[in-house]
Amino acid sequence: MKKFIISGLIFSFSLTFAVCPLAAQGGHESTDHEAESEKFNASEFIIEHITDSHEWHILTKANGESVAIHLPIILYSKEKGLDVFSSKQLAHGRVHDGYMLVEEGDLSGKIVFVNESGEINEEKLPLDLSITKTVVGMLFAAIVGVILFISLARSYKKTGVSAPKGIQGILEPVVLFIRDDIARPNIGEDKYEKYMPYLLSVFFFILINNLFGLIPAPPPFGANVTGNIALTGVLALCTFVITQFSGNKEYWRHTFATPGVPFWLLPIMIPVELIGLITKPFALMIRLFANITAGHIIVLSLICLIFIMGSFAIVPVSVLFVIFMDCVELLVAFLQAYIFTLLSSLFIGLAMPEEHH
Amino acid sequence: MTGTLASIGAGIAAIAAGFGIGSIGKAAMEGIARQPEAAGKIQTAMIISAALIEGVCLFAVVVSLIA
Repeated sequence: MKKFIISGLIFSFSLTFAVCPLAAQGGHESTDHEAESEKFNASEFIIEHITDSHEWHILTKANGESVAIHLPIILYSKEKGLDVFSSKQLAHGRVHDGYMLVEEGDLSGKIVFVNESGEINEEKLPLDLSITKTVVGMLFAAIVGVILFISLARSYKKTGVSAPKGIQGILEPVVLFIRDDIARPNIGEDKYEKYMPYLLSVFFFILINNLFGLIPAPPPFGANVTGNIALTGVLALCTFVITQFSGNKEYWRHTFATPGVPFWLLPIMIPVELIGLITKPFALMIRLFANITAGHIIVLSLICLIFIMGSFAIVPVSVLFVIFMDCVELLVAFLQAYIFTLLSSLFIGLAMPEEHH
Repeated sequence: MTGTLASIGAGIAAIAAGFGIGSIGKAAMEGIARQPEAAGKIQTAMIISAALIEGVCLFAVVVSLIA
């Protein structure tokens, strides 16, 4: 058995060296129908992989054609109602049905109204509810999470209270860890059970999305979901809402009339406290976003190194570096999910301070 | 020019994070050396503080990315 594993590892490792010549030929930005002046633009390559887009780009063939999965665009506006069509209609800046995907300038990346004479309506944009790459990645991770936990629950129903088997073996220690080391100490013995569903959901959502973002190949993997600041913003908003709704009287008294503060200092203290209320979820949002995005940028830059240098000698160095950075990213994936959950539970616990008068 | 200044800013943030997390690591090592039984707790606290300081450093990185 061990021999198979070792030979399998060596085989897949050497495959990475075999794949590189193919990749170096396709090279993301080098379209051969233009003159040799088309240099590899590393920052464009990286930004394309980090940001959201309406199509899932798979590869660019040697003759410059790109193979991509075109995701649906869903637009809603009062004038035209709901419009659903494939993003293939809007590729390359074409106008379809009065809509256009702007490619450059201030509104770059957004879908705008275009009237018959070709003018763009810059004030009012349609509400863009499209299924973009990030949405597909997020839904896929959510489906995986749901399947994982429903099968976990079912396996408990079958075996009852006994030694863990199968999927329980890996999920039960994690769930118990969140309950005993994150929820119970921070929220308190008597109140933690209400918040366990939220803490578990947030932990596994962030973890699964982080891990799937690290896997580059086939399509539903490799979408930079948690590196999207809107998504982490919504997660932080969820924590914020739950924290505020579980505040007890003691908490609001501490915020608006901090004990021990003379009344003439209150006009300064209250805004400071309110700002402190907002900065904590804000920090949660930025921390998760920046950690994951920075990790992806580092891995992409190290791979771009191959194309910038343009030689085969750099390939083993780059691949080894990327493997090392991926291990660090794996650690960061777990760590960031843990930290988000820990800080959420800390804030929830802080919102229910004990009476100590 | 903005690009160069932005990269210098990011570099300063990296230096600051290195200092901060380095001193946490130093204190954690000293604590574990004094009392090996508390190693688990000290390690947990170290990781939490490291993540928080890294968060602050990443604020700076995000600002320089925007610039």
